[in-house]
Amino acid sequence: MTTAFNGIAAQPAPAPQKSRMSKARVLGLILLAIWTACALGIVYFLVSSWNPELVARYGPNYASGLWVTVKLVVISFIAGAILSVPVAMGRKSANSLARGLSYGYVYFFRGTPLLAQTFLIYYGLGSFRPQLDAIGLWWFFRDAWYCAILAFTLNTAAYQAEILRGAIASVPRGQWEAAAALGLSRWITIRKVIAPQAMLVALRPYVNELILLLKGSAIVAIITVFDLMGETRRAYARSFDFQTYIWAALIYLALVELLRIGTEKAEQRLTRHIRRA
Amino acid sequence: MERMLTFLSFGPDGWGDEIAAGVLITVCLALATLPFGLLLGFAISLAKLSGDRFLKLSADIFTTIFRGLPELLTLFLVYYGAQIALQQFLRLIGQTGGIEINAFVAGMAALGVVFAAYASEVFVSAFRAIPNGQYEGAAALGFNRRHTMRLVILPQLIRVALPGLSNLWLILLKDTSLVSVIGLADIIRQTGIAARVSKETFLFYALACLIYLVLAILSSFVFQRIERRVETPGMTR
Repeated sequence: MTTAFNGIAAQPAPAPQKSRMSKARVLGLILLAIWTACALGIVYFLVSSWNPELVARYGPNYASGLWVTVKLVVISFIAGAILSVPVAMGRKSANSLARGLSYGYVYFFRGTPLLAQTFLIYYGLGSFRPQLDAIGLWWFFRDAWYCAILAFTLNTAAYQAEILRGAIASVPRGQWEAAAALGLSRWITIRKVIAPQAMLVALRPYVNELILLLKGSAIVAIITVFDLMGETRRAYARSFDFQTYIWAALIYLALVELLRIGTEKAEQRLTRHIRRA
Repeated sequence: MERMLTFLSFGPDGWGDEIAAGVLITVCLALATLPFGLLLGFAISLAKLSGDRFLKLSADIFTTIFRGLPELLTLFLVYYGAQIALQQFLRLIGQTGGIEINAFVAGMAALGVVFAAYASEVFVSAFRAIPNGQYEGAAALGFNRRHTMRLVILPQLIRVALPGLSNLWLILLKDTSLVSVIGLADIIRQTGIAARVSKETFLFYALACLIYLVLAILSSFVFQRIERRVETPGMTR
């Protein structure tokens, strides 16, 4: 015991830190300098290769491409939301056939690439042209735009069904029981008690899914739909000017950031009654 | 029916061997991207948690960019951008002549940075799930920083991060389909060629979907085994 106390002589206090430049600070400054250099490089590149002719020629195309992208995303997101309700109900259903079918649907569309699904619908269903012709649906499956909307709707419905299921499951059982005790009907329970709480939980996943869909929508350019990406590829193929891709990247980034910041604001406002001061 | 089986066979009339080669490319690309993405993602998560304002900011810029850009666009930016940059560089040192970027490497780089951007978020939330007492306990035992990380934090971190990482792996597997656009002979491209030549488009694209499903099922088996391996019996969180 005594050796333990006497063995180690009293140590002087450590010298005060001289500089505030830790390793992390230095590394951070270096990385930030690299980012700044990249940003300046891109700005310089865009300014130096500024070409009014190019902008006049492809600017309107970009605007129409952006509009196509927005239309595609909004239509398929809303259609997918509608379709996701029966799928989510099927997942919770007592009927084992409905459960199996909806599980298979969700598993297929979440387990395969959106690109493969789009090809399967646009090119693959061409194998059944005589049959589709016979029932008068060929005009739908012949058109890349309709096929893209169908593929995206089916895909996002699978993801949204899972979001919906998770959000409803996150509402405690006591809420259902309390509503039943008040004698509320099932529809009123869902609309007045469950949905307001579930949607608060689901807001963030829904927006994430919307962002994923927006990013995924770039692949329709491959099946000849001229969305923002399609217009970009066309402009690059004609002008061989790399700034076409840079502009597309800036537009996509701005869209995604707008969505993200908007959600954060919306969430702050919607959850102000449950936040502790 | 027999005609379809002929198409799917491995012989000279069938497309089985070509498609199998495509599966190999897809799996190789995903496996090659994984360590790169994991290491980069881990480094970025450390930067985000370092407590230094500038380091965190530069890590946040990285995730904002690569989570915000469409994967396809990232791929094009890397593929064409690197090509142009290399050409400029060669011209600068006085050499002329075209240069081709390897599509596999471009795919690996593009998918890797996207994977890293998402993985860093998974790691950050896993780090937050580890209680402070673990660090204090390690400090009390006299561990230095590296030992604390390797012996105390990492084993727990893997356990917490595994579900998120397995999700990202499945996303990566699906995103590899995009490299078919820059000419890499993966599943989609090979089945697409088979579909065009044989005119059996539905058969071959359905087969492509099926292969991706099988790959997803196989990887979930692997993840189940890893999960069983890293979990501590009787441990609850």
